[in-house]
Amino acid sequence: MESFLTLTWMVAGVLFISSLRGLGHQETARRGNGFGIVGMALAIVALLASGKVANLELLVPALVGGAVVGGVMAQRVAMTSMPELVAILHSFVGLAAVLVGFAAYLDPPDGQGNKVHDVEIWIDVLIGAITFTGSIVAFLKLRGSVSGKPLLLPGRHMLNLVVILASLGLVVPFAQAEGTSGIIYLVIMSVLAGLQGIHLVAAIGGADMPVVVSMLNSYSGWTASAAGFMLDNNLLIITGALVGSSGAILSYIMCKAMNRSLLSVIFGGFGADPKPGSAGPAVVHEGEPIATNLDELVEELSEAREVIVVPGYGMAVARAQHAVRQLVDVLKAKGCNTRFAIHPVAGRLPGHMNVLLAEASVPYDIVLEMDEINADFPKTDVVLVIGANDIVNPGAQTDASSPIYGMPVLEVWKAKRVVVLKRSRSVGYAGVDNPLFYEQNTRMFYADAKDGMEKVVAGLQK
Amino acid sequence: MAHWAPAREKLMRIAIPKESYPGERRVAASPESVKKLKGLGFSVVVESGAGETAHYPDRLYVAAGAEIESDPKALYANAQILLKVRPPCERDGVGHEIDLLKPGSTLLSFIYPARSPELLQRLNANKIQCLAMDMVPRISRAQKLDALSSMANIAGYRAVILAANHFGSFFCGQMTAAGKVAPAKVLVIGAGVAGLAALGAAKGLGAIVRSFDTRPAVRDQVKSMGAEFLEVTIEEDGEGTGGYAKEMSPAFIAAEMELFRQQAKEVDIVITTALIPNKAAPKLWLKDMVGLMKPGSVVVDLAAESGGNCEYTRADEVVVEHGVTILGPTDLPSQLATTASQLYAQNLVHMLSDIGGAKAEKDGILGLNLEDEVVRGALVTQNGEVTWPPPVRPAPPAPAVKPAAATAAPAKSGHGGHGAAPAPAGPASKAGLTWGAIGAVLLMFGAAQMGHDAGPVHFMQQLTVFALSCFVGFQVIWSVAPALHTPLMAVTNAISGVIVVGGMLHLHGKAHGPALILALLAVLFATVNIGGGFLVTQRMLKMFRK
Repeated sequence: MESFLTLTWMVAGVLFISSLRGLGHQETARRGNGFGIVGMALAIVALLASGKVANLELLVPALVGGAVVGGVMAQRVAMTSMPELVAILHSFVGLAAVLVGFAAYLDPPDGQGNKVHDVEIWIDVLIGAITFTGSIVAFLKLRGSVSGKPLLLPGRHMLNLVVILASLGLVVPFAQAEGTSGIIYLVIMSVLAGLQGIHLVAAIGGADMPVVVSMLNSYSGWTASAAGFMLDNNLLIITGALVGSSGAILSYIMCKAMNRSLLSVIFGGFGADPKPGSAGPAVVHEGEPIATNLDELVEELSEAREVIVVPGYGMAVARAQHAVRQLVDVLKAKGCNTRFAIHPVAGRLPGHMNVLLAEASVPYDIVLEMDEINADFPKTDVVLVIGANDIVNPGAQTDASSPIYGMPVLEVWKAKRVVVLKRSRSVGYAGVDNPLFYEQNTRMFYADAKDGMEKVVAGLQK
Repeated sequence: MAHWAPAREKLMRIAIPKESYPGERRVAASPESVKKLKGLGFSVVVESGAGETAHYPDRLYVAAGAEIESDPKALYANAQILLKVRPPCERDGVGHEIDLLKPGSTLLSFIYPARSPELLQRLNANKIQCLAMDMVPRISRAQKLDALSSMANIAGYRAVILAANHFGSFFCGQMTAAGKVAPAKVLVIGAGVAGLAALGAAKGLGAIVRSFDTRPAVRDQVKSMGAEFLEVTIEEDGEGTGGYAKEMSPAFIAAEMELFRQQAKEVDIVITTALIPNKAAPKLWLKDMVGLMKPGSVVVDLAAESGGNCEYTRADEVVVEHGVTILGPTDLPSQLATTASQLYAQNLVHMLSDIGGAKAEKDGILGLNLEDEVVRGALVTQNGEVTWPPPVRPAPPAPAVKPAAATAAPAKSGHGGHGAAPAPAGPASKAGLTWGAIGAVLLMFGAAQMGHDAGPVHFMQQLTVFALSCFVGFQVIWSVAPALHTPLMAVTNAISGVIVVGGMLHLHGKAHGPALILALLAVLFATVNIGGGFLVTQRMLKMFRK
C-alpha cells in the first residue's frame, strides 16, 4: 500500500509540473489547470484509499465544506477584486501550515519527537505564520481597508533583524524541551513571526503590491515544502518547492520590470525614503496640462489609423474594461488598427490588466507587452492612457531625481497625440509628478474612466 | 504711359509664364492656386498654353478667375510678381526672362544661387527682388512652403516607377503555377524626403526595402515605412543643419563602402538620394559596386543634377555598364507634371500668404519683412544687392538628439539601481542572495542533524528531491507569458493547498484532542484554498480568447 501511495503521489507531482508548464501559454493554459485539478484529486483520493487516515466522519465534511466555501468565493469574486482573493487564499495556506505544524508537534509521527523534527516544525510554523499575517495585511491593503501608504517605523530594519533573530534563537530551548512542554516557545515564536509578517507587508507601498502578492505566493510554497520535510513527505516537498520557486521568479520578473531591487521591495519603504543617491535637480514643469473635451477626442479618434490603449489601475477601479472593449470594437469597425499596451506592473497584480481585458472579451492577440509594442508608438496617431500614470512617465528615462528613474516605461509620448484619461490631477501611486501631462502633444481628458469611455463610444457611433 | 496702367489698378498683378526650359512640363500655378491667389487679393494673368503640358488648359484658369495673355513680352512687362518653376532663362525669340521684367518686380522661382552667381548679377542689374523657393529654411513652420520637399517626394516616387520600367522582373514576390518569383530587393541610400518616398513606393509595389543614411535619427522614419535600416559598426552622427547630412570621417566612409559592397551583391535596385548642400554630390556607388551587381539590376541616381552619387551616372542619360542600367534623371518632378505643379503652386500660395498677400504692397512693390526668418532665408536679391547667403542664425536644438539621448539613458541606468535601494544588487548577486538564504536554511538542518542518530542519508534524499523540484520550478516558470501571471499565481496557490495532505496525515486512528482539531482545521483551510484557487483559475482562463 505504501508503495502504491508513493507511486500515485509521484504521478500527482508530475501532473503539478505539467500544470505549471501548461499555464505558460494561452493555448495550453486551460489544460494546465485541468492537470492541476486531477493531480490534487489523485493525491487526496490516494491518501484516503491508503487506509492511513481515519476519522473519516470528520475529515470528509471538512474536505467538502472547505471546497464549497472556496468554490463559492471563487464564483462570486469580481475580476477587479482578483488581487484580494489571491491574497486571502495565500493566508489560508499559511494558516494551514501553522496548524499542521502545531499538530505535528503535539502528535509526533513516530510517537516521540527528535531534534530534526523539531527544527522542521519550527521552520514550517515560522514561514507559515509570516505568510498568514502578511497575506491578511496585503488583503486589507488591496481592499482599501487600510491605507496603501507604507508604514515606516523608526529603525524598522533593525526591528526586522531583532525579531528574526529572536524567532530563530528560540529554537534552541524549544528543541531541548522534553515532550510537548516546548509548546510555549512555539506559541511565542508564532506570535513574533505573525507580527513580523504584518510589519513586512505594512511597510510596502501600494505600488509594489504586484511584487508583494507574488512574494507571498512564494512564501506559501516554501511553507508547504517545509511541512514536507517535517512530515517526511516527498509530495509536499516537491509541490512546495515548485510553488515557492515559481513565486520567487515571478517576484524577480516584477522587480526587474520596475527596476527595483528585490530586497528593497521585501523590506519595504519604497517611494517614501529621501533619495540620497539622486542626481540632478528635480525637473520643474512649466505651464499647465492642456485639457481636451469630448468632441475633440471623438474627432481625433475617428480620424486615427493607429490607436494604442494603455490601461492602468484606474481602469480597474472604475470597472471600465467593458466600455474600453466597446471603444476598441467601434474603432476596429472603422478600420483603425487598435491595440493594447500592457506594462508588466500595470494594476495591482502581475497580469492584472490581461485578466480584466479578457473578462471584457478582448482578444488576447491585440493585447501586447511593453517590449512588443514600445517601438510602435512613434507611428501611432492616438495613444489613450486610461487610469495609468507611473508606467507612462517619461521622467523614468530623463529625470535622474525621480524615484522611478530607470524603471522601463511605455514610451507613449512619442506618439502624435497622447490623451490621458484621468479623474483628477493627482499623482500616481508612486507619488511622482508626471511630465507627460505637460508635453505639447498631450491632452488631458478629465473624466471617470467608465463614464468617459461610454460617452466617447456614443460619440463615435454618431 | 500705357504700360503704367496696371500699376494704377488696385490689384497687384501676378503673372505665370509658360516654362521655356527644354522638356519642362510643370507650371507655377494650378487653377486651384489661382483661386487662392485671388483670395489673397492679387489679380492673376496666365500665359496662353502655360498649363498645357501639366494638363491644365487655359479654360480652367479662366474659370478660376485668371486672365489669359498670349503675348509673352506684355506678360512680363506688366507683371509685378512673376511665379516660375525653373530659374529664369533665355526664351527663343523673346529675350531673357529677367530682362523682360520691369525693375522693382518680384520673382518667385527655383534659383539655386550657389550654382549660378551670374543669374544673381543679372537679377541685380535689373533691380528685381527675388525669392528663391529652393532656399526656404527647413524649419517646421515653413514646411507648407517647402518646395524642395514637395518635389523630392515626387522624385522619390517617380524614381521607383522609373526603376521598375527598366527592371526585368516583378517587384513583389509571387508564387505562380509556373514557379516562384523572388521579390525585388531595393536599397535606398539617403533617407530624406525623396528617400522615404522611394521606400514607400517600392514597399507598396511589394519589394523588400532597405535604407542607409548617415543620420541615426532617421532610423525610426525608415522603419515606419516598413524598411530595414542598415547600419555600419562605427558610430558617428551625420546630422548636419537643415535636415541634411554633413560629410563624414574617412573611417566612417570606409565602413560605409564595405556595407555597400555587401549590399551590391544582393540588391536589384539601388536608388541614391544623397545630397550635401552647396557641394557636389558625394560619390557613394562606385564603379566596382556596379560591377558586383547582378546583370539586369537598375541604379537610379537622384543626385545627377549635382554630379551624381554613382560614378557611372550621366545626367538624363541611360548608361549600361556590366549589364546594369544606370539612370540619372533630373526631371522626375516634371514627369509627374500635374501633381508637381499642383504642389509647387500650393507652396507659392503659402509663401505669398505668409508675406501678407496683396496687402504687403508698397508703392507697387511687394513689401517684405526681413525679420521673418523664412522670407529672409529665401530672399537672394533686393534693391540691386545680393542678399545671399542669409546671415547665419543660431541653429535650433536638433530635435533628433533628445530622443536618442533618452533611449540611451535607461540602458545605462539598468545596473545602477536607484537611491532607495538599500543595496544596489545586480541580478546575479540577487540570485546569489536567494541561494545563500537557502544554503543557510540547509545548514541549520545539517547542524540539527549532527550528533543525532537519525542518519543524514534520509535527510539528504529529501534535500535532493527539494533541490530538483526548485530547479524544475525555475525552468518551468521562466517561459510563462506575462499575460498569464495572474492565472499562474492562482493555480500555484491552489497547488500549494496540497498541504491538506499534511493535515490529513494527522487524522490517523490514534489522533485525539487538540492535535485532531488542529489537523481538521488545517484540512478545512487548505481545501478552501484548493477549491477557490482552481475554480478561479478556470474562470479566468475561460475568458482568454483569441
